[in-house]
Amino acid sequence: MSRLFVPLLLLATALFAAAPFVVANAPFEETMGLVQKIFYYHVPSAMMMFLSAFVCGIASAIFLFRRSAAADRVAQAAGELVVLFGLIVLVTGPLWARKAWGVWWEWDARLTSSLLLWMIFLAYLLVRRFGGPGSEKLAGAMALFGMANVPFVYVSVNYWRTLHPKTSVVMTLAPGMRAAFWFSVAAFVILYVLLLTLRKRLEDRQAAVEQLYLAFEE
Amino acid sequence: MKRLVLVIALVALLPGAMMYAQQPPPTMQEDFVPVSALPQAEQLPAAPLLIAAYAFVWVALMVYVWSLWRRMARLERDLADLQRRVPKP
Repeated sequence: MSRLFVPLLLLATALFAAAPFVVANAPFEETMGLVQKIFYYHVPSAMMMFLSAFVCGIASAIFLFRRSAAADRVAQAAGELVVLFGLIVLVTGPLWARKAWGVWWEWDARLTSSLLLWMIFLAYLLVRRFGGPGSEKLAGAMALFGMANVPFVYVSVNYWRTLHPKTSVVMTLAPGMRAAFWFSVAAFVILYVLLLTLRKRLEDRQAAVEQLYLAFEE
Repeated sequence: MKRLVLVIALVALLPGAMMYAQQPPPTMQEDFVPVSALPQAEQLPAAPLLIAAYAFVWVALMVYVWSLWRRMARLERDLADLQRRVPKP
């Protein structure tokens, strides 16, 4: 395992241990009050979902065009993380919406497109798991399609009339909120790198087991 | 027989669905009402929602890490077993 793994793990642990205090000390938002603090986990999770979709798509492209098995293993690891962080976004968002908007869910552009993005990568995992031999290429194509959706999901709030806040919110945060937000983002980025490393290592071990099975059968 | 039961069930549910669709829509709020003036039932406390959100994040991450650990342990066992069984060149 990489020499950076343990230091990053310790750093991530420290950041997540400190995060509740950092978030508690951040100022309250004027209209939403306490419930707005879900923002400090909801938005970084969404950012990691988008990042992982890009990692999965790029790794899939490398696999498809250069036949790189290592890239395919990275793609599979990243695909699983899109589903994980997407699930976090799709649960924390409605919990916030229930208080802020009065409804758990609204079929507006941002929420609907986020759900679709999550479902595309869920389908990616199902194809990988149950598609049989050769399904890696089909899954790779799905990952490319999923990656292409990310910019649309991101700008949907700017071009359609939605309840969801626009992308300009992050750049116009109050100073106290800005520090807490970027602190959370840093914690989530380190966590993402660690999870991707672990998951990719799992795929490497799986590949080693499969090679040994083949050698055993010979 | 199964198809007949399915058709009967759908036909039985149809009047109920039609009655539900014909119900008048719930009365909507027409003017701005500040949160403090809302009826008690509509004033949701924020703390349970915030705690539920943070708890879900932690639980989801822990479950995922646990599943990674379990899968890795199984693979390491299979790898060790295969390495013992495959004759070295």
